[in-house]
Amino acid sequence: MAEVKTVNLTVDGKQITTPAGTLLIDACKSVGIEIPAFCYYPGLSLQGACRMCVVRVEKMPKLQTACTTPVAEGMIVTTESEEIAQSRKGILELLLGNHPLDCPVCDAGGQCELQDMTFKYGASGSNYVETKNHKEEQQWSPVVFFDRPRCILCYRCVRVCGEGMDVWALGVQNRGSSSVIAPNGGDHLDCEECGACIDICPVGALTSGAYRYKTRPWEMNHTATICTHCGDGCKTTLGTRQDNAGSEIVRGDNRDKSGINGDFLCIKGRYSFDFANREDRLTQPLVRQANGKLEPTTWEVAIEHVGKRLREVRQTRGGKAIGVIGSNRTTNEENYLLQKFARMVLQTNNIDHHRTADYPALLAALGGAANKAASLRDFEKAPAMLVLGNDPTEQHPALAWNIRTNVRTNRSRLYLANHADIKLRRQAKAAIEIPAHGYGALIRYLAGQESEFVPNDTATKFREALLAEPELVIAFGSEFRGRDLETLVAWALTLPNCKVAALGDYVNSRGAADMGVLPDFLPGYAPAAEGAGFADEYGAPLPTEPGMNLVQMMDAAGRGELGALYVVGSNPVSRYGVEPAVLANTFVVVQDMFLTETALLADVVLPAANLYEKSGTVTNTYGDIQLVKKASDTSGVRTDFEMIVRIADKMGARAQSMVPFGKGLRADLGQSRGAQSGEADRHAVWLAANNYEPKLSPFDPFATFDEIQRLVPSYAISRFELFSGADKAMRTDLVQIANFPADRADLVLPANDTLFTSGTLGRYSKVLHEVMESRETSPAETAAD
Amino acid sequence: MSTPTTIFSAELAARLDRLVTLYPVKRSALIPMLLYAQDEIGYCSDAVVAEAAVRVGITELDVRNVLSYYSMLRQKPLGKFHIQVCTNISCMLRGGYEILEHCQHKLGVHENKGVTPDGLFSVEEVECIGACCWAPAVQVNYDYVEDVTPASMDAAIDKYRQLARPQ
Ligand code: SF4
Ligand code: SF4
Ligand code: SF4
Ligand code: FES
Ligand code: FES
Repeated sequence: MAEVKTVNLTVDGKQITTPAGTLLIDACKSVGIEIPAFCYYPGLSLQGACRMCVVRVEKMPKLQTACTTPVAEGMIVTTESEEIAQSRKGILELLLGNHPLDCPVCDAGGQCELQDMTFKYGASGSNYVETKNHKEEQQWSPVVFFDRPRCILCYRCVRVCGEGMDVWALGVQNRGSSSVIAPNGGDHLDCEECGACIDICPVGALTSGAYRYKTRPWEMNHTATICTHCGDGCKTTLGTRQDNAGSEIVRGDNRDKSGINGDFLCIKGRYSFDFANREDRLTQPLVRQANGKLEPTTWEVAIEHVGKRLREVRQTRGGKAIGVIGSNRTTNEENYLLQKFARMVLQTNNIDHHRTADYPALLAALGGAANKAASLRDFEKAPAMLVLGNDPTEQHPALAWNIRTNVRTNRSRLYLANHADIKLRRQAKAAIEIPAHGYGALIRYLAGQESEFVPNDTATKFREALLAEPELVIAFGSEFRGRDLETLVAWALTLPNCKVAALGDYVNSRGAADMGVLPDFLPGYAPAAEGAGFADEYGAPLPTEPGMNLVQMMDAAGRGELGALYVVGSNPVSRYGVEPAVLANTFVVVQDMFLTETALLADVVLPAANLYEKSGTVTNTYGDIQLVKKASDTSGVRTDFEMIVRIADKMGARAQSMVPFGKGLRADLGQSRGAQSGEADRHAVWLAANNYEPKLSPFDPFATFDEIQRLVPSYAISRFELFSGADKAMRTDLVQIANFPADRADLVLPANDTLFTSGTLGRYSKVLHEVMESRETSPAETAAD
Repeated sequence: MSTPTTIFSAELAARLDRLVTLYPVKRSALIPMLLYAQDEIGYCSDAVVAEAAVRVGITELDVRNVLSYYSMLRQKPLGKFHIQVCTNISCMLRGGYEILEHCQHKLGVHENKGVTPDGLFSVEEVECIGACCWAPAVQVNYDYVEDVTPASMDAAIDKYRQLARPQ
C-alpha cells in the first residue's frame, strides 16, 4: 500500500500531524479540539451551510469553515477567539430569529445542539424584532413528524436520506429564508421509515411518533443491546423509563455509533420495540383445564405441571417421544441450555428450530479455514463485494447500508446476481439477472465447472471482472444450501483474499445453529453421534442417534408418536401451516410473549421475556458474537433461561448440573445485567432463600457462557472485549465437521421478511402495522419466531 | 432515448430528447427543460414535473426542489401575458411601485401573480430584471418595456390584447 502522505499544522498552539486531505474539523477532533458544527456530519457530503465551524487560519483573509477546509502543510489555526465567538454568536442569533424556543416541550430539549451552542456562546438577546413565522407541526408518516419552525436548515436529514439510505425522500424547497424541508409525497413521506433523519437532526425539528412528547432525555436510563429482529444484529441503545409494570422502552437509537452498525438502524431496531408493551402480552402462566380452556395460574403450579408431565412421557415412552423446538430470537446461552436440557434431561435429540440458512453446510464447507468468514464490518471496507440472491435492502438493512456506504465513500465495486431487480442494483458496478432457480447453475459457471448456465456477454465480463478482483467479500442468500453452498464456498476459497457470509433471517438464527439446536449437531457442530465429550461434561449419557427434525416431529405428532412437544419462542404452527389436529394427542408447552397460533394449541403457556428483557450473547448471521444487556422489564414474565432451569429442576435435574454456577471464577458478578436491577433483585431473594451464593445464580446466563466457552472452541473469544461492547467474530477455524453427509436435509425455510415485517414478532408491533397500513398493503403473510 | 408517452408537442419532445444529451450529466438539462416546458404548457404542472423527472432521471421531489427555487419557474398557471414589474432600487426610485399599482388597478388583479378572469394577463412584482438603465422596467413574457409610464404601460397592455385577438 502506498504510504499515506501526512501534513503538519498547528491548532491553538498544538502541533498536529494528520493524513493529507483530512478536513480541518476532523483533524481538530482527533486531538480533542471540538469545533461546533450543525451541518457537517462525518460520512455525508459537505454542505457548508451553517457557518458555525468558522475558524481563523493565518494568512487567509476571512474566517474559514473548518468543515470544508482540508488541512495544509504549515497551517496555523485558531479555533476560539473573541472574533470567532462573535461570529458564531451572530449565526446563532440569526438561527434563533425564527426559532420557537419551545425547548421546555421539545423532544430535543436537553440534548439539542442548538441549545448547547446557545448556552456556550450566549446569544440570548436578539436584535431581530419581526414576528415569528409559526407553522403547525405536520405528521409525514407513522414514524416521522416535522415541526418546521424548529428547523435550522442544516440539510443533514436530506443528505442522510439521500446519500445514506438512497431513498431521497427529503428535499429543500423554496429559497432563502422561505426554504423548507419537504417530503417526497407532497404532504407525506413515502420512504423506508428508518428514522435516520430524526436522529441526525441537531434540533427537534424532526421527531418520531414513538418518542415524541413522551419523556425528557434525562429521565431515561440507557442500555446498549442488540436489536431483536433481523440477522444483522445491530446495536441499539434503548432508552427506558419506569412504568407500572416494570420498565418500559421509549426510545431506540445509536447516536454513540458504538456498535457494529455505526450510524445505522432500520425502523425495526429504532422503533419496533413496542411489542413489549402490548395489552395482550402474556404475564401469567396458562394451563389448560379439564374444561379444555387455558386458564391463568401461578408459576409454581404451571412449572410443576410441566415437569410432571414431561417426566411421565420420558418414563413411559422415552426421550424419543419428546420433541423440542427452539427459537431464532433467544440468546446463545438459552439455546445452549435448551439443547442441554433436551439431550441431558429429556434424553432426546429431537431438537430443531425454524432454519433460515444452511449454517452447518457453510461451516462444513469452510473446513476450518481461518479468516474466511466475512463479518458485517467487512462490507464497509472491502474493495469489492459480491451479493448472490437475497434482497439486503429488505432483509438485511444494515448490510445494505454498509454496502451503499462502501460504494459511496470507498468506491468499492459491487457485483450483483439476482433473479429480481433489487434496489441495490443502483449501487452495482455489474449485475446479472438469472432465473429464480438458476443460482446453482450460476455458481457452477462462476466456479468454472460444467454448468447449464448459458453465459451471455454480460455474464462473461461479470465473471472475468470477479476473477480479477484481488480481494472480495461474498454475501449469499438462502438460495444457496447444501451442495450449491459447498460449491460456492469451495470456489471462494480458491480466490485470493475472499470471505463469505450466509444470510439467515433472525437475530440469533446463527446462534441457534452454533449452539446445537439441531437434531444432528451438538454445540459447535459436533455430530450428535460423537457427543462423548459433552456426556462427560454433563455427567450423563446423551442419546447418540440423530433426532427428528422439525418436520419429522410434526409428522410423528400426527401419527400419535410424539408424547410431548416443548416449544421455546417459536410459532411452528403458523410457519409450517400445521393442522391443529396434528398436535391433539401431544402434551404441548409453549414459552412465548403472546398467544400465538402455536400457544393457542398448547397445554401450558409460559409468559416469556423478550430479548430486551434479558442478558446474554447473540451471534449475527455473519458469526459476530455480541453482548445482550437487559434494558427493560415486564412484571410477571420470566426469561426462557430461567424457565428451562426451573423445569429441569422439577424433572429432578440438579440446578448445578444444568448451569455451572459457582464453578470457577469467570462468572458474571452482576456487571452485565444492564441498567435494570429488578431481575437481579428478584433472584437475590430466591438465592438467599435457597442458600445459594448471591450473584452466582443458576439463572446467571454468564455461568452458561463459561460452559459454552469451555466446550465450544469456536466461541473462545475475549470476554473482556465482548463485555466492553465489542463484536467478536466466531472462530470458524475451530470448527471441524468431519463426514458432513452429502444428502443432509437442510430444511431451510426463508422467512422472506420485508423492511416492515419480522416473523410472528413483527405482527405484534404497532409501528410496523401502522406503516404497512399507511402504505395500504395488507400485512404480508408472515409467521413464526 | 425518447420517452414513450409525452405531454409535449412532437417538436418539443424531440428538442428535449436532444437536450439531455448535451451535458455531461443529464440533470444539467433540468432548468432549460422546465423553461421550454413552461413556454409550451404555460406553467410547470404536475405532469411537467413527472415527465421532467423521468427524462432527467431524478425524483419528482428533486425537480420540485429546483422548480421552487427559481421564481421564473411557475407552479401555477399565469396569464397568457405575464407582466413582471420591477420594484428593486433603481426602478423603485423611478416609480416602479406606481407602475405596479397602475397595472394591478387597471387589470383588476390585486394579489401577487393574480390572473385576469379572461386568463390574458397576470401581474407580478419582481426583483431586478437587469434593465436598471431604463428604469422603471417591466418584462412581459420575454419582452421588455422600458422607461415605463402609466401611459406607455396602457399602450403596451392594449398591444398585447390586440395580439391575443384571433386574426
Ligand atoms: S425515515 Fe429514513 S427513509 Fe424516511 S425520510 Fe427519514 S431518512 Fe429518509
Ligand atoms: S429538519 Fe433537522 S436535520 Fe433537517 S434541515 Fe432541519 S434542522 Fe437540519
Ligand atoms: S438492520 Fe436488522 S438488526 Fe439492524 S436495526 Fe434493522 S432489523 Fe435490527
Ligand atoms: S459545519 Fe461548517 S458550515 Fe456548517
Ligand atoms: S432595479 Fe429594476 S431592472 Fe434593475
